[in-house]
Amino acid sequence: MKNIASILLVPALALMASCGGKTGEAGKGDSATSKLSGTVSVDGSSTVYPITEAVAEDFSGENKEVKVAVAESGTGGGFKKFGRGEIDINDASRPIKPTEDSLCKANSIGYQELLVAFDGLAVVVNPQNDWCKDMTVAELKMLWEPAAQGKIMKWSQVRKGWPDQEIHLFGAGSQSGTFDYFTEVICGKAKASRGDYTASEDDNVLVQGIKGDKNALGFFGMAYYEANQADLHLVGIDNGNGAVKPSIETVKNKTYTPLSRPLFIYVSSKAAVRPEVQAFVNYYLDNTAELSKEVGYVPMTAEEIASEKGKFDTFVKSLAPQK
Amino acid sequence: MRKKEKVIEIILAAAAGITILTTIGIIWVLLSESVGFFSHVSVWDFLTDTQWTPLFADKHYGIMPLFSGTLLTTLIAIALALPVGLTVAVYLSEYAPRSFRAVIKPLLEILAAIPTVVYGYFALTVVTPFLQKIYPDLAGFNALSAGIVMGIMIIPLISSMSEDALYAVPKSLREASYGMGATRFQTAFKVLVPSASSGIIVSVILAISRAVGETMIVAIAAGQQPRLTFDPTVPIETITTYIVQVSMGDVARGTPEYQTIFAAGLTLFVFTLILNNISIRIKRRFQQKYE
Repeated sequence: MKNIASILLVPALALMASCGGKTGEAGKGDSATSKLSGTVSVDGSSTVYPITEAVAEDFSGENKEVKVAVAESGTGGGFKKFGRGEIDINDASRPIKPTEDSLCKANSIGYQELLVAFDGLAVVVNPQNDWCKDMTVAELKMLWEPAAQGKIMKWSQVRKGWPDQEIHLFGAGSQSGTFDYFTEVICGKAKASRGDYTASEDDNVLVQGIKGDKNALGFFGMAYYEANQADLHLVGIDNGNGAVKPSIETVKNKTYTPLSRPLFIYVSSKAAVRPEVQAFVNYYLDNTAELSKEVGYVPMTAEEIASEKGKFDTFVKSLAPQK
Repeated sequence: MRKKEKVIEIILAAAAGITILTTIGIIWVLLSESVGFFSHVSVWDFLTDTQWTPLFADKHYGIMPLFSGTLLTTLIAIALALPVGLTVAVYLSEYAPRSFRAVIKPLLEILAAIPTVVYGYFALTVVTPFLQKIYPDLAGFNALSAGIVMGIMIIPLISSMSEDALYAVPKSLREASYGMGATRFQTAFKVLVPSASSGIIVSVILAISRAVGETMIVAIAAGQQPRLTFDPTVPIETITTYIVQVSMGDVARGTPEYQTIFAAGLTLFVFTLILNNISIRIKRRFQQKYE
């Protein structure tokens, strides 16, 4: 654990130094790290929650006087509180909506959107499966929507020409953010799914089930595919423009849709003037790559992080005179 | 002296009282939480609906798919453990030399002492891949290998209790059989096993109770997909697995979703209670027989 910490710290420090150098006086917040105190309140998306939670834990370890309260009311629920000025930072798994933006304006709250990671889901089959190379979104919907329960039971029902064998489904448990996301983009409504499949919050159970079953099909976070590439085959997803397989590139260039999306945090202008919030956000951006990978997301590159840090610095600087 | 005796008596009674209080406590929790559940779902739906999807949008609360999973794995386990366990019992009581018996009996007991989580992974990573070589369409999670391994686990339960029952058959019967010119095999299977049948049945019923309540093996190897089927090659879910799944997941306490595990637990409890009562009745009859 110590080792990991030191590996993390080196690039983090390097980045801090480089950013501080570029922006000059914006380093005020950083210099105060030793004497920070107060509370940073975060709410919002349950998908971003694991990263924020991990960041908050590490941050509090280093800054004992700062309390970081992380809740998960969902992106929409979080933006409501954010627009009323009740929280400092909102975790979001989609960009802010116009209605939410006008709520912020009504309460004269400005914000900065910062990209923290990418979320991608992989649809996978057993390596012995030699028929299912790709699926359309419509086929996925037909297979997973609530109406399929007890009805769509064989591969041949999904596409003509596929074998007349039972299909064994594996997927995220109904309490996970992955489940919400998958059902939302595939079935059209969060939590709308058939229930007769092996549902587990433990991704290893899903991996184990699919790698031991020729007729299996399942979905989970991309990171678990990467850790088990030898035992699983990816299914390309066709959203009208040909089948695309998930990879770091296709997630980032947005060609792998609809099963990938960027994840954000929104920092309130009222909060960004506080040194503990500035320190927390900078710490977040410095550590998000490693921590988002740990919780199963696609991490950002060093350049992308540097660019987000630049945005935040500019944002903080723009607030300074108003204060 | 009298006082000392009294104190000891109270301590003993308290020890016995703890077990009763625990049982009452468990029944109380099961019932009180189930009442909440059954105010949402009718008992009729619970018993007759063929789907179990309380955690999903289209909610169904039919216990049958879970119950069939439990029944299926239990049947497979008994189908293996009864013939093997009984053969072992007959061998040990009628054929085995004393010295060999002294070695093999403790070894058999070891089977019962292996942690069930080890059995679970044995089923998943050894038995299932082996069975897949014979039958390639077998799913990675299936009732078959979980049932087989569970059967191995309960062999000592059946063999040692059956052996006791065989041993308790009066000597006169055995000698009479030999006196009629019967062979050892005829004596064992035509005279002793039928005479000890009630004891053997009791051992089987207790083994069934054990298998019905078994959790880790089925949770690891049998799958987590409730479905009403008696096909042993596909993933299923047992009542116990469902309880584990919900209590380890992120289901919020106090919600109807959470209360489902108490309704499931109550079903399990009622089922094993019935089995145990049957076994007590048979045991009573068995005891009267030779008195």
